[in-house]
Amino acid sequence: MSSRALSERPRLRSPGRMKYDKARKTDMLLLPERVVELNEAAGAILWLCDGRRSVEQMIGELEERYGQTGLKDDIVEFLDSAAERGWLE
Amino acid sequence: MKKAADLPYALTAEVTHRCPLHCPYCSNPVELQRRESELSTDEWCRVLDQAGELGVAQVHFTGGEPLLRPDLERLVGRARENGLYVNLITSGVGLTEERVRQLKEAGVDSVQLSVQAPNAELSDSIAGFRAHELKRQAAARIRASGLPLHMNVVLHRANLPLLEEMIELCEEWGAERLELANAQYYGWALRNISQLLPTREQLEEAEAVYARAKERIGDRIELLWILPDYYEQYPKPCMGGWGRLSLTVAPDGRVLPCTASSDIRTLVFENVKERELAWIWHESPSFNAYRGYDWMPEPCRSCERKEHDYGGCRCQAFLLTGDARATDPVCVRSPHRSAVAERVRSAAGADAATADYIYRGLEPVELRRSRA
Repeated sequence: MSSRALSERPRLRSPGRMKYDKARKTDMLLLPERVVELNEAAGAILWLCDGRRSVEQMIGELEERYGQTGLKDDIVEFLDSAAERGWLE
Repeated sequence: MKKAADLPYALTAEVTHRCPLHCPYCSNPVELQRRESELSTDEWCRVLDQAGELGVAQVHFTGGEPLLRPDLERLVGRARENGLYVNLITSGVGLTEERVRQLKEAGVDSVQLSVQAPNAELSDSIAGFRAHELKRQAAARIRASGLPLHMNVVLHRANLPLLEEMIELCEEWGAERLELANAQYYGWALRNISQLLPTREQLEEAEAVYARAKERIGDRIELLWILPDYYEQYPKPCMGGWGRLSLTVAPDGRVLPCTASSDIRTLVFENVKERELAWIWHESPSFNAYRGYDWMPEPCRSCERKEHDYGGCRCQAFLLTGDARATDPVCVRSPHRSAVAERVRSAAGADAATADYIYRGLEPVELRRSRA
């Protein structure tokens, strides 16, 4: 189980940036020497990692946007793997 | 029907070949472009617009020394307007406080600073210019501005034995990322190979130093080790495949699949002055020449590794065999492997103290190497 608190406010690790790529119609995470092409779910989550929203708020927003409930575990699991890859502060 | 090519992720913008440094392993071609043939500001802006439309997400401004272009800030700004991630690759010479501030304001995301050696004497003799102290200052200015500092060192016979000190210097200067790149033998480096190519023993010792440093440093600094392919069994998956992930625009506007590919004399490279970048990427004979697997001769054609290494490097194949389609001679399965093996053998017997570098550049170098 993750120890991630729902009150945490994840933020992309500087100097990383998000970009919506019109040519490929996908979200991308831009890092100094890497470009990561994201699937829809990963992109949707990372766009919300702005250091202002809590994990709880992110879950609420995404559940509302996709008209689903029970996304918490998937979102927390993704945030853990994103942190492990060094994408988050 | 032709299979559509993937879209490029990165653009290497070689805005000039001019450089205050004269490193004997420079990745620029032996035939350097002069200032008169460089693209204008407007032409570069058009390249950046077209790159953004094509799907490029990241631009590396490099040279030569990109700071020698007074319009660099404008180009950085234009790249950002196109949503590109901007990385500046610099020697640090000319990076005043004012310049760092302007570049940051224009939108530079990260800066990669080159260093030659851990001490000024060796560093300056490799660069053929008193640059080491200027680099130290540049590193401090980059850090003070809040921009992430990345560093790179090209490794070869003269600085490999000092790898540990080299890594410590980069820690001290505050690097967040350090690329330890063993020299790759094209252009200038190939000319100087007898003085640059390390021995196998030197390399093994350096690899052990790297492994220890990696363990000590952990994830505090992102350390990268770029392999010296002459000592490998199989070739590198060069550029992740020809015309697959990235492109380079040379100072004169020619568009290349990699920075070294203008060495391949059998290809004609299109110019952004005459063609749209998208056409060049998708349609030009040069970018399509070695895409996919159909162009491959044996032993690549029937090799199970081809999807992993794409037959290795086309430039190396051309430089060492005269045929850009040939299997990269680094490969143990290449009938031309002896071209690499002979150079490795002569490196083992060479005395680095006996000869001088052929310094890169258009002008003679005043600061010669005093001793090995």
